[in-house]
Order: sequence, then C-alpha cells, then structure tokens
Amino acid sequence: MIHPIPPGTRDVLPDEMRELRRLKHALLEVFLGRGYGEVATPAIEYDETMARGDGRAARSSYRFFDESGELLALRSDMTVPIARLVAGRYADGEPPHRLCYLASAYRAVRPQSGQLREFEQAGVELIGAPASEGTVEVIEVLEAALDAAGLRQAVIGLGDADLYRQLLEELGVEGEARDEVLASLATHDLVGLEEKLSEAGIGAERVETCVALTQLRGGKEVLEQARGLGGSAVERAISRVGETYEVLERRGAADRVQIDLGLLRDLGYYSGAILEVYDPALGYVLGGGGRYDGLMKRFGLDLSAAGFGLYLQRVHTAQLQEQGRDPS
Amino acid sequence: MSALKIAVPRGALFGGTLDVLDGAGIDTAELRGDSRSLIFETSGVTLVTVRPSDVPTYVEAGAADVGITGKDVLLEQSDRVVYELLDLGYGRCRMVLAARTGNDRLAEAQRRLGRLRIATKYPRIAERYFESTGRQVELVEVKGSVELAPLVGLGDGIVDLVATGRTLEENELEVREEIVECTARFVANRVSHKLRAAEIDELTAKLRQVSR
Repeated sequence: MIHPIPPGTRDVLPDEMRELRRLKHALLEVFLGRGYGEVATPAIEYDETMARGDGRAARSSYRFFDESGELLALRSDMTVPIARLVAGRYADGEPPHRLCYLASAYRAVRPQSGQLREFEQAGVELIGAPASEGTVEVIEVLEAALDAAGLRQAVIGLGDADLYRQLLEELGVEGEARDEVLASLATHDLVGLEEKLSEAGIGAERVETCVALTQLRGGKEVLEQARGLGGSAVERAISRVGETYEVLERRGAADRVQIDLGLLRDLGYYSGAILEVYDPALGYVLGGGGRYDGLMKRFGLDLSAAGFGLYLQRVHTAQLQEQGRDPS
Repeated sequence: MSALKIAVPRGALFGGTLDVLDGAGIDTAELRGDSRSLIFETSGVTLVTVRPSDVPTYVEAGAADVGITGKDVLLEQSDRVVYELLDLGYGRCRMVLAARTGNDRLAEAQRRLGRLRIATKYPRIAERYFESTGRQVELVEVKGSVELAPLVGLGDGIVDLVATGRTLEENELEVREEIVECTARFVANRVSHKLRAAEIDELTAKLRQVSR
C-alpha cells in the first residue's frame, strides 16, 4: 500500500543515511576542532522572530497559530534563530561567540522543481569578531569543511553586498527605480539591468560601467579592472574585498577564492562581504553566507557577525560526483 | 574540463540561432542537415537541441552551461534561476491581447461582468499583466492553436505571441493591447557563469558583436 509524503520532502534510506552521517561527522569535526560549539534551536519560532531577520526574502513559508492564538513559524534558515539565541543569552558575554549547527530549515518550493521544502544545513556563525578578521576566519572554516567533504574542486565566490547599494546612491537612483535595479541584479538579468538603469536616467556610459561591473569575477586582477571603472562606491568596495583577499593570500587560503563583484545574495540581512560556494560537479549553488552586522542590531546587540551555511544534500551529491560515484 | 554545452532552441528561433552561432565561429553545418541527432560536437563545444521552453530547465540544472531562448519563455518561467546575459535581437515578436475583429465582446465583458475570460499558452504572463492593469480575469490554459478559442466561444480574447500578425488576421482576430516585446536571449547557468567565466565571457562578447 502506498502512503504518499508531501512533494519536496523525502525519506532517507540506510545506504544514503550512512554516507550522510559520515559527511555530517566530518563537517562537525571541522567546526568543533576550530572552537565552534554546536547548538540546536527549535524548528518552530515565533513568526515575529523570523520576520525580524528578513521580512521579505527569508520570510517563513509555513506559519500557523498555536492553541492560544500566537503566530508561529517553521524556521526558514538557521542564522536568524542563532542571532536570536546569542542576543538573548550572550549579551553580557565576552565576544566573539563561535557557534555551529547541523539542522533542517523549511522553505516553500515551486511545484515539480525538485527543490526541497525541508532541507538540512551545516554551518557556522562567528559573532563579535571585527570585519576583515572575522570574514577570513569564516572562509578558512568553510575551506576546511569543503576539504573534509572531499570537494577538491569547489570554489568560494567572494563579493560585497554593499557595493550596489552604495553605487546606486552615488548615482542618485532612489526609491522604486532603485528597488527595480536591485531586483535585476539579484536575478542577474543583465538585459533588464541595462533597461532599468537607462530608465532611471543615468548616462549610457555609466550604465555600461554598472553592467560591466557585474561581470567581473576571477583573481586579484578583477580589483584592478574594477578600479578602472571608477567611482567612490566601487573604490570602497574594492578596498573591503581587497583587504580580505590579501589577508587570505598571506595565510595561503586564497586559492579557492574567486573575487566576484556580480555577487548579490537574496537574503536582505547581509552587509559587507558575501560568499557563495560552487562545485563544477553540480549546477546549483552549494551554500553561501557573509557578514550580517545589521541582523545582530535588529536583535538589539551591536556586534559584527559572519557565517556560512552549506546545503547538506547538495554537498553530498557533489561529493558523489567528484568521487566518480554519480548516483544518477 | 569538458566542452561547453550550449542549449539551442528548435522551432521558430532555430534558424536565427544557427546564424548567430556561425557568426560567433561555431560551425553549425551539421545541425542544418536533416540529422535526427539531438547532440552535436562542433568547434570545441557541444550543442544540444531542445524545445525553446525547455531551455531554462536544462540551463538551470546545469545540464547545459548556456543557452538561447525567447524572452517570452523566460517571462513565463520567471521562477527559473538562469542568468540573462544578452539580448540577441532576433526572433522579435510581441505578446499581445487580441480579440475578434470588430467585435466588442471584450469590452462588454469588462463592463457588464467586470471580468474577462482569456485563453492563453502563457498563463503567468497573462496573470501578471491583468493584475498589474487592475483587471480580474479567468484564464483558460491551452497548449496549441490558441487563435481558435475565441471563435468557438472559449474566452473573450487571447493572450499570445505575434510575429507578423498574419495568423491573427486569418482567424479574424486583431491586436487590442500590446503587453511586451520579446526577442531571443542568451542565458547562462549560475554556477557555470562563475566557474567557466572566461569561456562564457568570450562567447558572450562574440555573440554581442554578431547581434549588433
């Protein structure tokens, strides 16, 4: 007899479970070995808590009332619950706080897309370490995690979340026009971006500059190319990214890092450095992260913060493919 | 690394696509023949031929690194995550609202019922359009020959793609409103765009040159 489960959820059987368990152990060992304490938080939060993180993009897809009429939500990521936890419990503690997790989160899917409604993430949050230093530490933990997972070909994209906000401010693009431009950037619709920028009344040359900027990705040479495109917003972003990259270089940790000025994460709480993880074995992003100083402030704690989360299922798929044990 | 995979749309955009690929230095002679193959290795790349509406699916999943398809397809499947890199300019056509020539059933439905019944192959584009223009609408999704619908009373009008307008004319339909203009677009997989940056940038530059 067949008893169905909702689309976007799945059972895991012993063979796969054994491999997933091994992967989780390997990742956890990296996190613990670097001083990150593992935490668990409830899958159900107050909707208000999740909305405080990001009222728009990461808004919980599954919300419901409890018996006394409170609006509850299934968490849509782990960063917001951990920000909540740190603000509530470690407000008087000595930063930095190093925490890690292996946990499920929940998001709506589009039908027949193969996306998961319930997905496991493995990640770390470093709260209360200053900008460049903290970002570098998080990238190093991420690199160690990718090594532990056996993803030798994985690449980490390093970008800057404030670049386009500041650039648009400099160009005097505001309000609705600004939101439309940012939306084109987020989906990387370059044709739309060009249109929206032109409509916003920016000269053709500046439009071309903006579009060119989004295509800059690669090694250190990218920073020089960007400098050639000019402007103080670009200059500031370059110096932020450059500083982080140089520290990584000095520590011999820059090899898998690709500077990417076209990067724009869709979660609204990022500011400063943003990260994305790719592997040639998979067409989908393996995970991401970045700095989220503003998020801590929204929970009443004035601390800078950074972290990343990896999608366990995707890491597992990439792992199989890199090892030549393609399950498909 | 394996050869760059390019999704090529069969159908209305096929000829134009082969022309721009030729212009970009990719030999498409084999595709122009009557081969039944779906995959072609040529000039150091792999060309896979698929339905235009499948291009975003292949590219999103990374089964093709880059691809070419119509803006109408991208708009209808706007939830697919692909990077839109270039407007190639050919395959120009318009998404329109059309109704029977000289018949005011559309306006009458709007006035009397406050609600339109529209047949279309593009339900999401149509839905967004009517919502953004503040009209309530009942959409009827059909898979082919949408021009037929209003002639047999399935709907007050249609939302469809029009190139020359001849099909509309032959079916005694006329354009009432233009929704959006569509052309062929060059799209890329998100991960390929990062990890095969040099190859994709080079191809983009060549395609831009050709389509100018």
